Amino acid sequence: MKKLLVALLVLLMAFAITGCASEDPNAKSEGVMTYAEYVAADLDAEVVVEGYVQATQSWWDNKITVYLQDGEGAYFLYEMACSEEDAAKLVKGTKICVTGYKGEWAGEVEIMDATFTFVEGAGKWTAKPVDLTDVLHKSNLITYQNQFASFKDMTIEAIEYKNGEPGDDIYVTVSKNGKSYDFCVERYLTDPETDVYKKVGELKKGDVVDIEGFLYWYEGVNTHITSVK
Amino acid sequence: MMKLQKKLALCLAFVLLALTGLTGCHGARGLEPFRMPGEFDADRTYEITFWAKNDTNRTQVDIYHKAIADFEELYPNIKVNLRLYTDYGRIYNDVITNIATNTTPNVCITYPDHVATYLTGVNTVVPLDDLFTDSRYGLGGSELKFDGPAQSEIVGKFLEECSFDGHYYAIPYMRSTEACYINKTYVEKLGYEVPDVLTWDFIWEVAEAAMEKDASGKFKVNGKEVLIPIVYKSTDNMMISMLKQKGAEYSDAAGKIGIFNDTTEEILYTVAEHAGTGAFSTFKISSYPANMLNAGECIFAIDSTAGATWMGSDAPLIDIAEETLVKFETAVRTIPQYDTEQPLMISQGPSICVFNKADDQEVLASWLFAQFLLTNDVQIAYAGTEGYVPVTTKAQESAEYQDYLARAGEDGEHHYIVKMQATELLLNNIENTFVTPVFNGSASLRDAAGQLIENVTKSVRRGETVDDSYMEKLYKNVISLYRLNLDGASQESDAVGRKDLGPLPATSKALLLTLAGVWFLMGIYVLRGVLKKKSLEKKQ
Repeated sequence: MKKLLVALLVLLMAFAITGCASEDPNAKSEGVMTYAEYVAADLDAEVVVEGYVQATQSWWDNKITVYLQDGEGAYFLYEMACSEEDAAKLVKGTKICVTGYKGEWAGEVEIMDATFTFVEGAGKWTAKPVDLTDVLHKSNLITYQNQFASFKDMTIEAIEYKNGEPGDDIYVTVSKNGKSYDFCVERYLTDPETDVYKKVGELKKGDVVDIEGFLYWYEGVNTHITSVK
Repeated sequence: MMKLQKKLALCLAFVLLALTGLTGCHGARGLEPFRMPGEFDADRTYEITFWAKNDTNRTQVDIYHKAIADFEELYPNIKVNLRLYTDYGRIYNDVITNIATNTTPNVCITYPDHVATYLTGVNTVVPLDDLFTDSRYGLGGSELKFDGPAQSEIVGKFLEECSFDGHYYAIPYMRSTEACYINKTYVEKLGYEVPDVLTWDFIWEVAEAAMEKDASGKFKVNGKEVLIPIVYKSTDNMMISMLKQKGAEYSDAAGKIGIFNDTTEEILYTVAEHAGTGAFSTFKISSYPANMLNAGECIFAIDSTAGATWMGSDAPLIDIAEETLVKFETAVRTIPQYDTEQPLMISQGPSICVFNKADDQEVLASWLFAQFLLTNDVQIAYAGTEGYVPVTTKAQESAEYQDYLARAGEDGEHHYIVKMQATELLLNNIENTFVTPVFNGSASLRDAAGQLIENVTKSVRRGETVDDSYMEKLYKNVISLYRLNLDGASQESDAVGRKDLGPLPATSKALLLTLAGVWFLMGIYVLRGVLKKKSLEKKQ
């Protein structure tokens, strides 16, 4: 009996693994733009995209801000219309189809006034961080906008709470090869109770850390940090 | 048999009582009205919470902390816990959420529009009339441990903004208005001179002139690929101010909504025209007006005087990369007008309300702290952080504040010239400021006013046709989105406290049914016992 159970379990795990492996992050339903088509679309144009939820900011007032990604690129869904019930289902890896308008706010290309549906039957997919350490100073950094990214051996230059004390965003200045960059711990993504918020709050000038986060833009690169090691 | 009926009736009564009691829990019960205690009980300790808003300005946070420390030194038995926000909307939402559970803060920075919604809870906000006039603990009262202002020393116009429904429900904390921060260098480059009083016609004309591009597709005036000559931060204020200046309807004090009129439509067509050419945009659609102004990508940045420290090439607070900062001369004017002889501009800025609690002494402790925020030290320090104006004549006329004003431009930080000009702008125009009527629903109406401009701007940018049928649809959508009742009553009475909570949740229904079942079985058991006893009695 035990052997049978073990065999069943192994079979189940194998199915689960192949299920993940078979998910093609670039597969699109009919009428949905590829990432390249999205990039080529004009600002203010209506866009229809599909992608996998990588993270969400806290739901508020029937709206939610989502970090979405597919195999080719990423999308920032600003204050997408969403019920609280649906917000709970927007877990990491969930595939959704989004209709909205392409906009640009302070340099951040985003999808505004969006609505969405869950893609039935789709598997889950999670983006692996793309290492952008050596791209940070290059002009093509913006082509990775909103992607889940990693940065190695970054030196902490300054840590500043938005309000001068824990509670709101944390502004993080990091440097690499003599150039400094403004990153951020966005409280609606990682609130003061999260490990990353607490850990960043304890960092000191001169600390060297590996960082992961979403390549957000605010008047220049402004990565929303999700982890530091 | 009579006895049996009595027992059954008793059982039924119990079931009904239990059900009534439980259903009674499903909905908010109000507090008893606040009653002024005869004396403040200084032998007790109090812990009160203060929800405050700052303009992402660290100095303001420091001033709050200092005010709390100074207050606690005077009243060691009152501990004040500060919770900071950078957004009025978030405070509003959090307060509404907390009203239902009686966990509101004690003292809160707020807008009168928001207080009107809070008031739909039962005795949620303390009317301050009696507190103002209490000879011991009221404004300028004999028992205060600080030198607070008398009621007559609060600027009358500002205080009246906190009065509605026949009571004072707040005290003003700081006042600001909106200003137009102008890249004077570009205006002159385009062949114009900045007038003393701006008109809407002037800024539309200059903005359109600025849209000219060179052969490479760059704007001639700034040599860049990006230029939005007019960026308005608060589009609700924009619509409200334009309507006021045109003498058109917005709403009345009873809550009758008049905004959906021909003048509004006329304004929206003008907005559409200039959004269509790219000459106009909004904060929500594009970016902070200050950032665009400082990057040379905007010529007329319209924002609060409380945002003045971010405006200009030499602003003490800058939020863009150094390499994108452009050098230019900044001029500060009132918002554009239709009638330069009768300029009109909004009065805005934080007010303070005191929430009711079951413990009257705790409310009194909260009131003492709220009043402390009107003392000269707090007023002058906080007003100096931005283009704010103190709300008391006591502070405005003090030697310290007069000295502050006299030193305008002396340095680029505390006496930063643009901030000082913004402050002077309001001081010189207090009589030209106005506020909109406050009623239950006025906060939604304000949002709706802004939404009209936002929607038209977006629609034009998205290539939609803005015509009469568009306007008709827009009005319908906005009325529906903000649940506006044009005749006066509002949905916001449902927002807090007495709101209809809808059908009971399934778990509650199950609990009630279980309880009813238990009572029913108990009844059967009792009935069975009685019948058994009767049967035995008969047999005997």
